Amino acid sequence: MTARTSRGLISRYGADTAFMTFVALLMAFLYIPIWVLITFSFSSSRSLTWPIPGFTLEWYRKLFANADLQTAVGNSFYVATFATLLALVVGVAAAMALNRYDFPGKTLFRRLILLPITLPGIVTGISMLNMFSLFGFPLSLETVIFGHATALLGVVVTQVYARLQRLPRSLAEASGDLGANPLRTFIYVTLPNLRSAIIGAGLLSFVLSFDEIPVTFFLTGRDNTLPMYIYSTMRRGVTPEINAVGTLIVLASLVLIVISVVVTRDKRS
Amino acid sequence: MAAIIQLRGLSKHYSKTIIGVDDVSFSVEDGEFVTLLGPSGCGKSTLLRMIGGFEEPTQGTILLAGRDVTWDPPYRREVNMVFQDYALFPHMTVGQNIAYGLKMAGERRAAARARAAEALELVGLPDKIDQRPDQLSGGQRQRIALARAIVRRPKVLLLDEPLSALDARMRDQMRIELKHLHEKVGITFIMVTHDQEEALTMSDRIIVMEQGRVAQDGRPQDIYDHPASPYVANFIGTTNFLPAIVTRTGAGRATFNCGGAGVDVLTETAPQAGARVTLGFRPEKTRLLAEGETAPNVLEGRIAEVIYYGLGLRTSVELPTGDSLFIDTLLADTLVRSAIPRPGTPARVAIAPHNIFVFPGEVRS
Amino acid sequence: MTFVRRHLSGMLVLGIPLAWIVVFMLVPYAIIGTYSFWSKTYPTFRPDFQFGNYATLFSDPQYLQVLLRTLKISALVSVASLALAYPFAYWLVFRCRWAGVRTWLYMAVIAPLWVSYLLRAYIWKTILGTEGILNSFLMWSGLTDAPSDIFLYNQFAMVLTLTYIFIPFMVMPIYTALERIPPNLAEASADLGQTPWQTFLKVTLPLSTPGIAAGFTLTFCLSFGDFIAPFLVGGPDGNLIASVIQTQFGSALNWPLGSALSVVMLVIVLSIVSLSDRLERSSRVGAS
Repeated sequence: MTARTSRGLISRYGADTAFMTFVALLMAFLYIPIWVLITFSFSSSRSLTWPIPGFTLEWYRKLFANADLQTAVGNSFYVATFATLLALVVGVAAAMALNRYDFPGKTLFRRLILLPITLPGIVTGISMLNMFSLFGFPLSLETVIFGHATALLGVVVTQVYARLQRLPRSLAEASGDLGANPLRTFIYVTLPNLRSAIIGAGLLSFVLSFDEIPVTFFLTGRDNTLPMYIYSTMRRGVTPEINAVGTLIVLASLVLIVISVVVTRDKRS
Repeated sequence: MAAIIQLRGLSKHYSKTIIGVDDVSFSVEDGEFVTLLGPSGCGKSTLLRMIGGFEEPTQGTILLAGRDVTWDPPYRREVNMVFQDYALFPHMTVGQNIAYGLKMAGERRAAARARAAEALELVGLPDKIDQRPDQLSGGQRQRIALARAIVRRPKVLLLDEPLSALDARMRDQMRIELKHLHEKVGITFIMVTHDQEEALTMSDRIIVMEQGRVAQDGRPQDIYDHPASPYVANFIGTTNFLPAIVTRTGAGRATFNCGGAGVDVLTETAPQAGARVTLGFRPEKTRLLAEGETAPNVLEGRIAEVIYYGLGLRTSVELPTGDSLFIDTLLADTLVRSAIPRPGTPARVAIAPHNIFVFPGEVRS
Repeated sequence: MTFVRRHLSGMLVLGIPLAWIVVFMLVPYAIIGTYSFWSKTYPTFRPDFQFGNYATLFSDPQYLQVLLRTLKISALVSVASLALAYPFAYWLVFRCRWAGVRTWLYMAVIAPLWVSYLLRAYIWKTILGTEGILNSFLMWSGLTDAPSDIFLYNQFAMVLTLTYIFIPFMVMPIYTALERIPPNLAEASADLGQTPWQTFLKVTLPLSTPGIAAGFTLTFCLSFGDFIAPFLVGGPDGNLIASVIQTQFGSALNWPLGSALSVVMLVIVLSIVSLSDRLERSSRVGAS
C-alpha cells in the first residue's frame, strides 16, 4: 500500500466517523425532546424539572376524566375524517385533470392548488373567515372542514399526480376500448392502481388535519379541536397533563406510520 | 362481402402546419387483413386511433358496418384494439383481464371466465389464466392482449405495431401465428406497422402512407411489382433508381436514354419524348451477364463491391455516369466460387423490359 | 354523441376542483384584497379605496421591524435546517452502506412530522425555561449553580424550535434530489482524477440544487407564516408578522390593516415560490 492510498483510506475512515457522529448527534437532537416528553408524563412533580422525583399515572387518569378534552378529540376526528374525504375527492379529480388534459391556465391552476402548502395557514384561515362572514355563514366545525380540505388539497394532489404520471395512458384507453365508459374505467382501472397513493395521501391528510392550528384558529366557532384545546391549556401554563396527551399522540402517530408503511410497501412488492 | 369499414375524407389537422392525417378515404371488406404501412410520423397510428375512437378527426366520417361512428367513443364501437404496449391491467389476473370486456358487456362471471379460457386456448396459453401479467414474458403478454381483444368478437380488430416490442425470433413466429389466428377467427384485421416485410407476409392488402396521405392501396404483390411512386418503391423492398430521358413512346412501350444506353420498357405511363424521368428496378430482377451473353437493356459498368449475406450476394455496380446500382443474386448450389464477381472488373447488367418502373421527374435517392 | 355528452367526464374532472378553487381560494383572496383598501374608522372600519394601509405598513417602523425580524428568523431557520439536513441526506444516500439502516434513519427523520407540531414546540418551552429541564439538568449535574434565562424567550429559542420542527421538510426534497443522481457520475468524476471533495463541489452539489431550492422554499415559507411556536418560545421577540395579523383580526379590530398585511404575505410567498420554481426549472435543464 502506497502512502497515498493509505492516506486516502484514513481520510475516508475519518470522514465516515465524522459523518456517523454527526448523524448520531442529529438523531439525539431530534429524539431527546420526544423522550423527555414521554418520560415527564409520568413524573409525580407538577413542575417539569430534572431529576424526576417519582413516577405516577396521575396525569393520564386526569386525562381520561377530562370531558372537554374528550369532546375536543371527538371533534378532531369528525373534522379530520370529512376534511380528508373532501380533499381526496377534489384532489384526485384535480390530479387527473392535471395529468390528462391541457387547458389554458393550467399552470395557474396547479400553482393555486399547491399554494396552501407554503402559504401560511393564517392567510388561508383569514381569507376564508372573511368570505364566510361576508356571506353570512356562521363559524362552526363545518367551516373548519372546508378550511382544512382546502389546505390539504395540495398534499393529495402531489401524491396522486405522481402516481398517475407513472400509469400508462393506454390502460384507460384499453378499458374504454373494452366497453367501459369513463366512470367505469375510473372505478375498475384507475382507482385500483391509485390505491396506495390514495391511502398514503389520505393518512397523511388525516394526521395533518388532526394537528392543524392556524386555519382552525380562525374558522372555528365554539367547538374546540384537540390542538386548539391543548393550545388554550398551554397558554394557561405548563402542566404534565399536556405531556400525557402528547405521549398518547406520539403513540397514535407511531401506529399510523406503521400502518402507512405496511400498506404502501405491500403495493410495491 | 360487404364493406365493414368506410373512411371518407378523414383528416386530422393539429394546426395549419401540423397535419396528422390528410383526406384519407378507403374501404375495408369484412374479413380482410389490411396493413397500414409507413415510416414513423406518416399518420398511420393516428389513423388507426381514429378508427378505434381514441382521437377525434377534424374532418370526414368513419362508417362501421354502415353506421356513422365518427363521434362515438371507444366503448360504443364494436371495434377492439391491441395496443403497442399491450396495456394489460397490472392489478388483475390474466383471466380477469380477458374477461374484463365481457364483464363490461354484462356477462356473468362464470360464463365470462369460460369464454376467457376459450380465448386463451385459441392463443395457446390455457394454463396462464390465474397468473398476473408481470409474471409473463413479452410474447405471452402480447397473446393475452390479443385474446382480450378477440374475446368480445368485435367487428374489426385493430393492431398497433403488435410485433415491434418482440425480438427477431419471436417476431417471425408471431407473424405466422397472427396470420393463422386471422384465418381461424375470420374477423377483419387492420394492422399498423413500419416493417414492410411484416406487411408483405401477413396482409391481404397494404395501404402505404406518406405524410398523412395514402400513397398506394393494393395487394402486396401489386404494390411490390407496380409501385405507384418512388416513395412506395423505396419503402417496400429495395429499388435501384437511374435518371433517364424519354426518346420514343408508343403503344404500351417506351424507349429511354439512360446514361447513353438505350432502354426499352413495357409501360403505359411514359410522358412524351424529351421528358426527364427516373427508371426504377429491383435488385433481384437485375442480372449480371456472363461473357458473351446477350439480353435486352444492357448497361455497362464496373463491379464496386460484393457483399455476402448467407442467402446470396449483393453486388454493387458503378456506372460511368456515376450512379450505382445493386444486384441481388441467390447463391444456387451450382454456383462455383470462381463465378463470384471480383471488385474492379468490368460488368454488364441487364433488366427485362417488363421489370422496370417509370416515374416522372427526378428522384433524390 | 353531442359535444357535452362526449366530454362530460372531462368537464366534471376539471370542473369540480376548479369550482373549489374559485369558491375557497379566489373569492377569499379577492375579499381580503378588497378589504386591504378599506379605511379604519373608530370603532370598526368602512368600505373605501385608499392605499393608507399599505402606506402604514411600509412607513411605520414597528411594522417594518416586524417584517424584517420575521424574514431574518425565517432565513436563519432555513439556513440552520439546510446545514443539518444536507450532510444527513448526503450520508444517507452516498455513504450509508446498509440499505435497511438507510430506510429506518430516513423514516426516523420524517416521523416527527406525524407527531403534533404543537407538542414539538411546547416541549422546547419546557426544556429551555428557567424552571425547565435543561436548567435543572445543568444544576443537577453541577455545571451551573443558578438557572439561566438565556435559553428561552428570545430569537435563539425561536430559531432552535423552528429548525427542530421544520428539518423534515428540508431533508425530504434534498434526499430525493440526491437519490436521483446516477451513481456512475461520481464514479466517472473519481475516474477523471477528482478528489471526493471536488466531486462533491462540481458534480453532486450542483445536481442537488433543485432539492435545496425546494426545501429552502418550503422551510422559509413555513417559518415565515408561523405564529404558534414564536408565541410559545419567543417572548417579546416572538411577535412575528403572523401574530401581528392575528391581533389585527382579533383585539385591534383593524381588518383593513390585517388584510393588507395578509396580502403582503401572500405576495411575498408567491414571489418566493415562483423564484424557486424558475431556479428549479433552469437548473434541471442544465443538469439533464
